Amino acid sequence: MNTQIEISVKINGKQYSAAAEPRLLLSDFLRHELGLTGTHVGCEHGVCGACTVLLNGEAVRSCLMFAVQADGQDLLTVEGLAAANGDLHPLQAAFREAHALQCGFCTPGFLMSLLPFLQDKPDASEEEIRAALSGNLCRCTGYQNIVKAVKMLLEESNSDPA
Amino acid sequence: MKPAPFKYFAPSTVDEVLALLAEHGFDAKILAGGQSLIPTMNFRLAQPAVLIDINRIENLFFVREEAGELRVGAMTRHRTLERSSTVSRLAPLLTETMPNIAHPQIRNRGTIGGSIAHADPAAELPATMLALRARFKLASASEARWVEASDFFIDLFMTELQPEELLTEIAVPALPKRTGFAFKEIARRHGDYALVGVAVLLAVDEENICTDANLVFMSVGNGPVVGEQAQQALLGKKASAENMDLAAAAAASEDIDPPSDMHASSDFRRHLTKVLLKEALQTAFERAQKA
Amino acid sequence: MATRYFGKPIKRNEDPRLLKGQALFVDDVNLPDMLHVAFVRSDYAHAKIKSIDVSAAREREGVVAVYTAEDLGDYWQPGPLLVPPPPIAGLTFNQKTQVPLAKDRLKHVGEPIAVIVAASRYIAEDAAEDVIVDVEPLEAVADLESALSDEAPVIHEDLDSNLSAHVVQEKGNYAKIRAQADVLIKRRIFYDHGIAAAMENRGIVAHWNAKEQHLKIWDTTQAPIPIQNGLAAMLGLSESQVQVVAPFIGGGFGPKIMMFYPEEVLIPWISMQLQRPVKWIEDRRENFFATTHERSQIHDSEIALTRDGKVLGVQDVFLHDAGAYAPYGLTVPINSQCTLLGPYDVPNYYSEFKAVFTNKTIVTPYRGAGRQHGVFVMERLLDLAAKQLGIDRVEIRRRNYLTPDQFPHDHEIVYQDFAPLVYDSGNYQPALERAAEMIGFHDFIKNDQPAARTAGRHLGIGIVSYVEGTGIGPYEGARIKVDASGKVNVATGIGTQGQGHFTSFAQIVADQLGVTVDNVRVVTGDTCEFHWGTGTFASRGAVVAGNAIHAAAVGVRKKILKHASEHLEAAEADLVLDNGAVHVKGVPQKSVSLGELARISNPLRGAVKPGMEPGLESTDYFGPERGTTASGVHAMIVEVDPDAMMVEIKRFVVVHDCGKVINPMILEGQIHGGVAQGIGNSFYEELVYDEGGQLLNASLMDYLLPTATDVPHIETDHIETPSPLNPLGVKGAGEAGAIPVGALFAQAIEDALSDYDLEILEIPLSPNRLFELVHMQAATKQES
Repeated sequence: MNTQIEISVKINGKQYSAAAEPRLLLSDFLRHELGLTGTHVGCEHGVCGACTVLLNGEAVRSCLMFAVQADGQDLLTVEGLAAANGDLHPLQAAFREAHALQCGFCTPGFLMSLLPFLQDKPDASEEEIRAALSGNLCRCTGYQNIVKAVKMLLEESNSDPA
Repeated sequence: MKPAPFKYFAPSTVDEVLALLAEHGFDAKILAGGQSLIPTMNFRLAQPAVLIDINRIENLFFVREEAGELRVGAMTRHRTLERSSTVSRLAPLLTETMPNIAHPQIRNRGTIGGSIAHADPAAELPATMLALRARFKLASASEARWVEASDFFIDLFMTELQPEELLTEIAVPALPKRTGFAFKEIARRHGDYALVGVAVLLAVDEENICTDANLVFMSVGNGPVVGEQAQQALLGKKASAENMDLAAAAAASEDIDPPSDMHASSDFRRHLTKVLLKEALQTAFERAQKA
Repeated sequence: MATRYFGKPIKRNEDPRLLKGQALFVDDVNLPDMLHVAFVRSDYAHAKIKSIDVSAAREREGVVAVYTAEDLGDYWQPGPLLVPPPPIAGLTFNQKTQVPLAKDRLKHVGEPIAVIVAASRYIAEDAAEDVIVDVEPLEAVADLESALSDEAPVIHEDLDSNLSAHVVQEKGNYAKIRAQADVLIKRRIFYDHGIAAAMENRGIVAHWNAKEQHLKIWDTTQAPIPIQNGLAAMLGLSESQVQVVAPFIGGGFGPKIMMFYPEEVLIPWISMQLQRPVKWIEDRRENFFATTHERSQIHDSEIALTRDGKVLGVQDVFLHDAGAYAPYGLTVPINSQCTLLGPYDVPNYYSEFKAVFTNKTIVTPYRGAGRQHGVFVMERLLDLAAKQLGIDRVEIRRRNYLTPDQFPHDHEIVYQDFAPLVYDSGNYQPALERAAEMIGFHDFIKNDQPAARTAGRHLGIGIVSYVEGTGIGPYEGARIKVDASGKVNVATGIGTQGQGHFTSFAQIVADQLGVTVDNVRVVTGDTCEFHWGTGTFASRGAVVAGNAIHAAAVGVRKKILKHASEHLEAAEADLVLDNGAVHVKGVPQKSVSLGELARISNPLRGAVKPGMEPGLESTDYFGPERGTTASGVHAMIVEVDPDAMMVEIKRFVVVHDCGKVINPMILEGQIHGGVAQGIGNSFYEELVYDEGGQLLNASLMDYLLPTATDVPHIETDHIETPSPLNPLGVKGAGEAGAIPVGALFAQAIEDALSDYDLEILEIPLSPNRLFELVHMQAATKQES
């Protein structure tokens, strides 16, 4: 039962190989096997969204996948957002600017959920933004400044001449 | 909240799955999207000895039109259905249902087959499938059979699917002319399971006499519940506000016997069923006239 | 001193690390050879333990150790009483505190019975299922009202009943004024508060390094220093051998100020036993049972008024659910008792409560800490009075406010901090007028509401007031040092859980020392950096630690000026601190950087003169004589769909007075978050127990935390009435957003459903509950 399975997975553009027991959750694999502790675990039943990562570009709960299922896939975690020189990703910068985080524990999940949403809906209304955020729980901010950060970012990119 | 150990298989063909099911039967669980199964395993409420992961079986992922019907592979993810123009053309009720299911992060993994096979009475897809008169293809190592949705859902988390069978495909007949549809639900929060939900098909003739009504409720029983008395209140009658009220009243008082739980009492569920059915019938009627 | 930072919305220093996933949380600590822990917990609310069989668990591959109470020997002790009862004459207090592992009796679901230590958490959980606990189930005490009846089973065998405490506080003479009142309104009022549900569950990593004889603990605590000192005593170590680090904490909100949780006591001990690092991370299910709650009170309350709506007095008798043990003493019910008086002039007050043991999780403060309950009672009584007397809801509050000339105002009862309940300052009416104006209270009632009603829509408005005793003692401290690089280090003892202390504290220091905020590095919650202080609770971080940091910064500034005066040969009065350097006024070329001064003050050769200390460093403390009183007004417009009983918040206004504001951006964030938790408490969150004491909704599927679609945009404004009790003039703000929201919901929904003539005397509400209330009311009307 404790057989280990070799997993090869691309995360933030880098190839990782490691062995995992089939029951190991992807969230635990990222955090404890690979040391990518930016992805947080808040509920392990798929409600809080803190563990959200991108699987082949789509947001998924990493607590609701086994690590073995990620074999051969392409993942993006919060560690992959900022530029190589450390500059914040525009979404991260908007969060800071708008004070969209307090304790910061849920923040990686929000960032990862928002990334594909912003691509899908560059002209999202406040209602759509709130609906998109509703799969992630935050206990500190009351969401107001998260909504503000998203709106700021959308306004910025929409006013970009490019 | 870590799952108990299990033996893991990730076959790449349906035949391999069926062979594994034939071997392990009751001890095995199919891992489709995992969005209900894995939380249950994390709570250790489910501890399958064998887990057969069907995420690598490519020919279970498809959405296509076949002989005027919608055909969907069991592993088709909710998000694919939500975004599919084939689905919205042939089964717009399904398209209307999708955004009510949890959140995008869940819909990116969750699958139609998983949801149907799980048969949660609060889930949206079983009700919508029943309303659409869908058929399910159940395959085992020895045979494959098609089962009507109306014969499929048996009881609380119980279906016609046998331990050695795999749900592989869903067929949804296209909507006939002058048939309208509506999906409505009331949930405590955006994305929650519904306190009550309804999925409705309603057909009217040129005189607006109801020629067909298929009304299905969720979260009011041990599975999706068909509103037979409510249908009788409509069939052959004018699709008027009065008759819709009568149908809604019949649904609430005769068709359902909803459970009480911490989120809603039985009485409140009856009340909401009435409210929602009226709204849904009105919407479906308006659409039927244009369809 | 230039105030370039104080009062400004400075972006946070801590954000880049948090945003990049580089901030250290307890579960991120990963040490070589580390072991992992899972607990075997009680499935029963009340039971006798007959036997515990851990043999199969011990034999499982990967299991290193299994402990039960029996294995702990003398280390098995009930936890300390964290807050003894305040000096109130005639009070009864039966001290009962939690134990590390249950020995004979199980007193609530989730109480730990055995600890499994294994190579991984997965294996530890496997082994936890191997443990066989044989019990004799006992009748559970789940209902607050019947818990004190003669028939109720007694939870603590050495007590006569389930009475945890009995307290009476009195001011004036209510009985006498009652006889003279024009109007008496009496009601039974029920208020249930929920759980903090911080996004990060609790966790502890302990590493006993035998060679260094040093115990390092990472703990999700709001109070690292008391944990250090307490654990050192329990483990027989010197305090300096124990280092407690509260790194980044994923939200606290109160339950993380509860100290010496069983897990907190056991994990370090296990690390010493096994000589290996040990980690326990609470999972979400455990969090529902093992992390403290706040729960219900039942109040029988009466208000006496004149016919023009002036309050003559209030009588309030209530029951408080303490849970299975009461390590936090009387803090929560005393907060309810004291905060009930609110911003009002209540000349006569009789308040009596009984705190009651039940077979449920321990109750300790959670954001608001009992204040919600008291505010709800008073605000509801005022609303009922307004209705009965035909007085506008704004007007009845206006008529009863304490006026600015009544401060400091002595309420003649004792507060949770043992000091008399004396409001230091306040100016309530401007906040009320401002909130009413912002939400358009009178226009709404005159125009919008009737127009909506005509169109078949049910809109309602609410407006409520509250005060919050904040920033209580005893004290906090800070040490500030200027490095040779010119960077400034600040160390303080409190923990931080997202309040922005890394920035707001830096702002205070930056202004004193003339440096930029990003050159001030703040360290909180590491006992090796600073080991005096109590913790982050009672909205006291900015008030108590903030003022300690201010005092220490003033001390460093003095040293800087002294050294610079010598170095630059200029009078101190002529020196200006700016841009990381000291300048001589009017002589721009004459300056010295703080880094240079730090080097000069800490020479490698020569002498430090008598009377001087080396370095640019200062340590100072601040201990307020008593808490300072913040206040505010919330107003809200809701729409209720009377078919589905869904409630939509159309507008939400907060006008808040917490004295001087250090960082308005951070302050507003605190208010938003508080309001969101208040909304959760009022309409979404409810701990549902059955009569056997089983919690039926221990998951985030069924315990509903509000999401982005449930919390509205919150409009805020501020009134500044500085506190005279501290040099910065600040008052606490952490809890204020959450406190009056229940009262606001009740009032606004009642108003929206005025056709149905409801009286809402309970929180939480829900669509289902509103449906029931409407139908009960209709049935009552039919009968009469």
